[in-house]
Amino acid sequence: MEEVDVEPTITFIPGINSKEKHIGFVWGPGDILVYETSHKAAGKQSVGPSCPDVQVVRKDEDIYSPILRKLFNESHHIFVGLQNIRDDLPSKNKKPQFVRISKNYRSVIRACMEELQQIAVSTRDPALAAQYGNQVSILLAVELIWNLCEVLFIDAAPAGSLLLHLLDWVRLHKAEVDEKAQDVLRCESPTRHQFFWDVVISFVLQGRMEEARSMLAKQAVLQPAAQTTFKRMDSLLQKMPIYNPSSTQTLTEFEVKWRQWHEECDASLQDNSFASNPHLETICKILLGDDDTLLEHKELLSTWYHYVVTRLLYTHPTVKPIDLHYYAQMCMDRFLDSQSPPEPLDSILLAAFEFDIHQVIKDCSIALNNWWFVAHLTDLLHHCKLLQSHNLHFGSNLREFLLLEYASGLFTHHSLWQLAVDYFDHCQGFGRVYLELLIERVPLDTERKALKVLRICENRQMNEQVRSICKIMAKRALRNNRLGSALSWTIRAKDAAFATLISERFLQDYCSRGTFSDLDLIDNLGPAMLLSDRLTFLGKYREFHRLYGEKRFTEAAKLLLSLMTAKIAPQSFWMTLLIDALPLLEQKEVIFSVDQTHELMFCLEELTSGKAPPNPDRPMQEEDLETTKIELLRLALARNLAMAIVKEGTVEA
Amino acid sequence: MDSIGKYVSQKISKTRWRPVSSASLQQPEMFATGSWDNEDNKVSLWTIGDHGVASMEDEFEGDTQLLCEIKHEGDVLDLQFLDADRLVTASSSGAVTIYRHHQNNQTLSVAHRWDRAHHYPCDNAPCTGVVCNSPEVVSVGEDGRIILFRADQTGVLRTIENADSSTIHAVTFLRTAEVLTVNSIGQLKLWDLRQQSNEPAQILALTGDRVPLHCVDRHPNQQHIVATGGQDGMLCIWDVRQGNIPFSLMEDHSAEMWEVHFHPSNPDHLFTCSEDGSLLHWETSSSSDTPSFLQSGRNTSIISRSAIAPAGGNQSIISVWLPGDSGKGHLETTHMLPCQTLSVNSLDVLGQCLVCGTDGEAVYVNRQVPV
Repeated sequence: MEEVDVEPTITFIPGINSKEKHIGFVWGPGDILVYETSHKAAGKQSVGPSCPDVQVVRKDEDIYSPILRKLFNESHHIFVGLQNIRDDLPSKNKKPQFVRISKNYRSVIRACMEELQQIAVSTRDPALAAQYGNQVSILLAVELIWNLCEVLFIDAAPAGSLLLHLLDWVRLHKAEVDEKAQDVLRCESPTRHQFFWDVVISFVLQGRMEEARSMLAKQAVLQPAAQTTFKRMDSLLQKMPIYNPSSTQTLTEFEVKWRQWHEECDASLQDNSFASNPHLETICKILLGDDDTLLEHKELLSTWYHYVVTRLLYTHPTVKPIDLHYYAQMCMDRFLDSQSPPEPLDSILLAAFEFDIHQVIKDCSIALNNWWFVAHLTDLLHHCKLLQSHNLHFGSNLREFLLLEYASGLFTHHSLWQLAVDYFDHCQGFGRVYLELLIERVPLDTERKALKVLRICENRQMNEQVRSICKIMAKRALRNNRLGSALSWTIRAKDAAFATLISERFLQDYCSRGTFSDLDLIDNLGPAMLLSDRLTFLGKYREFHRLYGEKRFTEAAKLLLSLMTAKIAPQSFWMTLLIDALPLLEQKEVIFSVDQTHELMFCLEELTSGKAPPNPDRPMQEEDLETTKIELLRLALARNLAMAIVKEGTVEA
Repeated sequence: MDSIGKYVSQKISKTRWRPVSSASLQQPEMFATGSWDNEDNKVSLWTIGDHGVASMEDEFEGDTQLLCEIKHEGDVLDLQFLDADRLVTASSSGAVTIYRHHQNNQTLSVAHRWDRAHHYPCDNAPCTGVVCNSPEVVSVGEDGRIILFRADQTGVLRTIENADSSTIHAVTFLRTAEVLTVNSIGQLKLWDLRQQSNEPAQILALTGDRVPLHCVDRHPNQQHIVATGGQDGMLCIWDVRQGNIPFSLMEDHSAEMWEVHFHPSNPDHLFTCSEDGSLLHWETSSSSDTPSFLQSGRNTSIISRSAIAPAGGNQSIISVWLPGDSGKGHLETTHMLPCQTLSVNSLDVLGQCLVCGTDGEAVYVNRQVPV
C-alpha cells in the first residue's frame, strides 16, 4: 500500500459524541452514511442521549455550488466536442484545434472565477464570502496550471517562442500591475506617485518595454537636465531584440543580436551613465539579468515562477524546453526560503517545468477535492497523444480511470447525472459497465424522467435495463390502477409476461363487475394485441361483445368459437364463453351451424371431463350452480343441433 | 442567425414568452422558465435587454438577465402565462399553482395553489399539462384526470374522473369549450366541456403502432388543424373534422419530440424540439402563386390531387399543411441551434423571438427568427 502523502483531515459529526459511542458507516458512490451505534466506547458507564439521525458526509461540495455547475455543464459541452474530432486528420493540423479547445476550457474557468468573484464581493455573510474566496483562489491556481500545461505540453513551443509564451503566461496572471499603473496614471502628477517607479520596474520585469518607455518619457519631460541619461535608457529599452517566430531570422542570428545588445547594456552600466539616477541604474541591472537586483524586488515579482521567466528573459531568451527545469529548480530554491515546505502549487508547477506530466496529474489529484480538472486535462493530453510516450503500469488507462472517477462523482448528483452518461460513453474499457450499474439507480419520480432514462438505455442497447425500468414503471402504474399506463410501459419493454398479467387484471375486473373498464384502451389496442396471448384474447373478447351489441350475431358466433378452438382463450374462461354463447343458441333463427354446434359440444365435453366427481364436502349451492349451467348448455346445444340439422337439410323450394 | 446560450445552473423543463399585447408591434422582452430534477426547483423570470441598439454586429446585444425567481415544489412539468402578470404551473407533486408577478418590486408570489389536484388514492400523481384560456385553466395528469379550474375561484370547477386509462401528456384548447388531449397510447381525444358526460366526443389514433404522443398544438387560424409530436420523433398533422387518421407524417427527429408550436402570427412556420438535442424550424412554402394544375410540365398525379376539393364544402383558404397542396409547395427544415446539445425540453416562439431550454442547463434566445 502506498504511503499517505498528507495527513488525513478529521471531520466531526454533529450530534454523535465519538468519545462515548462508536460510529457506524457505510460507503456510498460519492459519500458516506454515518450513524450512531449502540456500542459504548471502552470504559464508559453512563452515556448521553443518543442521536437518531443518519448523516450523509460528502467530500465534494463543489458539485452543489450553483456557479460551479456552469463549469461542469460548459466543460461537458467542450469535452463532447473534443471526442468528436476525427482521428484521421494528420496531427500537424490538429495542434491548433487542441490549443483552441484548451483555451475554451480556460475561458470557461475564467468566466466562473469572475462570477464567483462578483458574488464573493457582494455577499454579506462572511462565512459564505470566505468560501467563495476560497473557490476563487482554487480556480485561479487551476487556471494557472492549465495555462502552463497548455504552453509546455500542448503548444509545445520550441526554443525562442517558448519564452514568449511563458511571458504571456506570466503577464496574464499578474494583472495587478495594470491596476497599479492605472492608479498612478490617474493621479495628477503621476511621476510623483509613490508607486511610479514600482510600476516602471514591474513593466520591465514583465518585458513590457513599450509601456515602460512611455512611463519613463513622462519622467524625462520633468527632468530636462537628465535628458541624456533618460535617452540612453530609452534607446536600450527600445533596442532589445524580441524573437519573432514567423520572421526569416534564425535562432542563432537572434542570439547574436541579443548578445550584442546585452554587451551594450553592460557597457552602459560600467561607464556609469546611470550613476545619477539610482532607479535607472536598477533598471539597467535588471536588463542585464543581475540575480541580486532581481531578488531585491521580490515583492514586485511576488512569485518564483515570475522570477524564473524574468531571469530567463534577461539571461537566456533562447532557452530550450529541456533546460527549463534546471533554471526552474534553481530559481525556486533561491526565491523561496528553505524552511517552509513547498506549497502544493509550487511542486505542481515545478513538475510541469520538468515535463513530468504524470507527476503533475498525481499532485493535482491529491491537492484538489474534485476530479474535474485532472479528468479533463488528462483527456486533452491523451488526445494530443502525450500520455502514451510515458511508461507506467497503468499508462494509457490513466485517462479512463480519471474520467470514470469524475463521472461516478457526477452521477451522485440529483441533476448532473445526465452529463456523466456522455463521459461513460467515451471510456472504452469500463464505461458501459459503470453506466449499466448506475443508470438503474436513478430515482424515477415522474414518467418524463423515466422516458429520458429509457432513451439513454435504448440508444445504447442496454436491454436488461430497459426491461427492468419498464417493469418498475408498469408495476407502479398497476398499483395505482392505471392499467393503460401499465400497458404502454409493457409494450415499450416488449414484456409478454407482464402483458399477460395486465390482461388477467382486466378479465378479473370483468368477471367481478360484469363490464369492462377502460374501454378506450381495449377497443384501440391495435397491433399491441399480439404481444401476449392473453392480451389477444382480451381484445378479441371485447370485439365479440361489440359485435353482439351491434347485433352482428353470425360474426359474433364465429369469433366466439374461434376463441375456444384456436386455444386463444384460457380454459378457465371457457365456461364464461359458453354461457355467453347461450343467448346465441336460444335465438329463434339458427346462428350456429351443425359443425359449429358439434365443436361447441366438444368444447363442453373437454371442460366437463376434466372436472372432479361430486365431492360431498363441497357446498351444495356451488355444485348446483355448476350442474345447472352444464345442463342448460347441453339442452341448448342439443336443441340448436336439431334446428341446424333441419335447416341445413332443407332443400330450398 | 445564431442563438445565444446562457448557462443557468438548473435543467430547464419549460420556457414561455410573456405575452405582449397584439396591438403593439413590440417584440417580447420577458420570458419565464421552470426547472426540473433539482432538489429545489424554481420558476424564474428573465429579461433579454433592450432592442434599442440595432447595429450589424450587435444582433446579440442585450444579455439575458434574471429578474426574479421563486421556489417551486416539485418539477415544473408545464408552464403557461394566464395573462401578462400571472402564470400557471403544473407540478410533479400534482399541484397546480398560479403565480403573480409584481411589476413594482419585481417579485413573484403564489396567488393560489390547488394542492394534490392530481393524485392517486395513496400517492401523488404528477400533473403533466396545463393550458389557459383566461380565466379558465384546464389541467391533465398521470392519473388520467382532466380538471377544470377558474383562476379566481378557489375550488375546482369540474373534474372528469378516469378520462383516460393511461397518462395524459398534453392538452390544448381547440375552441372555447373544447379541449384536445394526447395520451401515452397514441390517442387524441376531443372533449366538449359543455357536455356533462365523461366520455370524449371523438377519439383519433394512428392505425399502425400506437406510439405515445407527447405534445399537441393547434393551428392559430384554422382550428381543425392540429399538430402532434410523439415518442419516435414523428410529427403528425391531423384534420380533426375528417377521418381519424393523421394527414401527414414527417420524421426528422431521432428521439421523443417534447414540444411542437405553430408560429402564432405566421402559421406557415412550425417549430419542434426533441430529446435528441435539436430544435427544428419547419417551413412550408409555395413555389408559386398559381395552382399547380395550371402550370405546365407538372405530372398528372399532382394535378389530380390538388383538384380534389377538401370535403366540407367550399374552402377558400386551403391550408398548406394538408397534403392536398403538397404538390404546390415543399417543406424545409432547418436546425436552429448551433450544435448538438443535450435534450431540448421546451421552446416558445413569439414574433421574431425564439427561446428554448435544455437539459444542459442552458437557455438559448434567438431574436432574428426568419419568419
